[in-house]
Amino acid sequence: MYTPRNIVIQITTYLVFAVIVGYFSSRPEYEHLDPGMALLKISFSHAGEKKEECRRLTQEELEAMAPNMRRPLECSRERVPILVEIILDGNILYKEQVPASGLSHDGASTVYEYFRVTPGKHKLVTRMRDSRENEGFDHERSTDIELKPGQNFVIDFNKEAGGFVFL
Amino acid sequence: MKKYLRQLFEKTDDIFSAGFTPACNPMLFLGTMGWFFYWIVVASGIYLYIFFDTGVTEAYESIEYLTNTQWYAGGVMRSFHRYASDALVIVIFLHMLREYSLDRFHGPRAFTWIIGVMSLLFIYASGITGYWIVWDKLAQYIAISTSEWLDTLPLFGESIARNFLHDTTLSGRFFTLFVFIHIAAPLILLLFMWMHIQRITMPKVMLPRYLATGILLMLLALSLFYPATSQGPAELDKAVTTVGLDWYYMFFYPLLDEFPGLYLWIAIFLLVSILLCMPWITRKKSLSIAKIDLDNCNGCGRCVSDCPYNAVSLQARTDELPYTSQAVVNPDLCVSCGICAGACPTAMPFRRKSKLVPGIELPDFSINQLRQYVIDTAEIMQGRDRVFIFSCDHGPVACNININNTTTVSLPCVGMLPPSFIDFILSQNIADGVFLTGCKVGNCYNRFGINWTKQRITGERDPFLRERVSRERISQYWTGSVNRKKLIQKIIRFKEKLASLNNEVTGFNN
Repeated sequence: MYTPRNIVIQITTYLVFAVIVGYFSSRPEYEHLDPGMALLKISFSHAGEKKEECRRLTQEELEAMAPNMRRPLECSRERVPILVEIILDGNILYKEQVPASGLSHDGASTVYEYFRVTPGKHKLVTRMRDSRENEGFDHERSTDIELKPGQNFVIDFNKEAGGFVFL
Repeated sequence: MKKYLRQLFEKTDDIFSAGFTPACNPMLFLGTMGWFFYWIVVASGIYLYIFFDTGVTEAYESIEYLTNTQWYAGGVMRSFHRYASDALVIVIFLHMLREYSLDRFHGPRAFTWIIGVMSLLFIYASGITGYWIVWDKLAQYIAISTSEWLDTLPLFGESIARNFLHDTTLSGRFFTLFVFIHIAAPLILLLFMWMHIQRITMPKVMLPRYLATGILLMLLALSLFYPATSQGPAELDKAVTTVGLDWYYMFFYPLLDEFPGLYLWIAIFLLVSILLCMPWITRKKSLSIAKIDLDNCNGCGRCVSDCPYNAVSLQARTDELPYTSQAVVNPDLCVSCGICAGACPTAMPFRRKSKLVPGIELPDFSINQLRQYVIDTAEIMQGRDRVFIFSCDHGPVACNININNTTTVSLPCVGMLPPSFIDFILSQNIADGVFLTGCKVGNCYNRFGINWTKQRITGERDPFLRERVSRERISQYWTGSVNRKKLIQKIIRFKEKLASLNNEVTGFNN
């Protein structure tokens, strides 16, 4: 049989345990991002051009091959890295040459970066080079944006939709 | 550090034993509480699953319906689900720390330790995916942070985090996948929990009813007064700024904002590797495993039923003796506690005609050696009120207790002591009383050493202590490694009691 002292210890134990379990299950709160800031996220997956142009095989080369292996073109697998540049209010926010994924560098180049920026009006310029050219950009979009505090502004890329997409 | 940790646990045990009694002390049922919380999570999870809808907007709405509209059942179940999961983490870490402090992870126990460490991974996988499928602000934070973290591993061709870029890119199928993971991970966890208890006999997987009722009432009160709620619907066009984390499962997430994700993977890999290698990092010297002497084993099976680790079994007889079975020791499971020797009815110190070799014993600490040791060490005691103390290697350092006219023998486990030795000591006038001490009740290093010893003395468990032995001349105090002062007091009081008993006997003779 439990004495009143036992009961007091038991209730205290349950109370302390409940407070510990309950409190740390959602408190203290964690500030992941300053509520007064906005987030600018750039994320896309895009394949650059093949590093070398496909070459048409000569008749001699085709004859040297087994009949079932003959193909008109020989293409290398490797793709060029893409160059991405994000300029915010005239300052370079992000500039990176992103290699193609895969062991043979034949996959898409993937970009996923985010930046904490102050809310308000900004001039945003996004550029990308995905060709074998050494200079200039193949895709470019510039716009004026107004970011609200806590906004998540996303820069995506979709070639079929015309290039850079702002979400 | 281990020593201090153990002392801390033992002192805490004292406090809780004072409130709950040792039979219901929650600190002595940490692993069992893990099982209890697991089943609460499963039961409440099944209820929630009935109403849960997988879909980008439906997931949140169905949880809100449970929490608000159906608060009396669904809301309570949700709170039970969350708080029992959190309590599971607390008791499992305490259980792990306790086993570490008691050195219970070496040799044959390494398997159990490793399975326990691996279970942690599934506990975390279950918990984190559970928060994910609610699809509130916390889920948004967890989903994005976890997928960004996973993307730091060179394993995935496409970025997983891209799935959470915008509401338009998010697919309801992702929720179906995570519900599947959230169900599969606890099922795998159950398999590991089952494996975790395979190397012990009579595992404690059921809490005493009184303690279970108390915990259920506590969870109910917590669920009613502080119900688990969502943190607003996830909106991918808005960044998560401030979020209430479940720190039991997400304590490491803030580190992802400070360090590269790959560093955290490496840190977790190293931490888990260290935990997995613990049995070999800190080596412990152990005695040789128990050995069977077939000439003295009649296959009675007492050692089989007393072994706490399933290390002894009965098999068909391999010799010519007219018995059906014989005991066999599994070397992979034996921890050399010697409890089997204490259970063997042939471990009889009165034997004179034949050499004292029982059917089963520890080769490094034979029963014959024990008898000789008892006789030799008793010689230092003279006069009256002589007390022979049996302690265990994991309890108090009784050998250093300097009380006049006492002598001590420390055993690998007090359960190794055949009850006939108490009869032998008293009837042969080797001492006037026998004092038994060791680990704390409910916290025996070898699980059942104290229980079996007590039951052998009270005649509840074979081999029994003969009825002719005066129980007044036997005393017990299960102190653990702390309470040395109290142990000394108990021994002194026992000596005083023996003195009065001796006086009564002398008076009667006069």
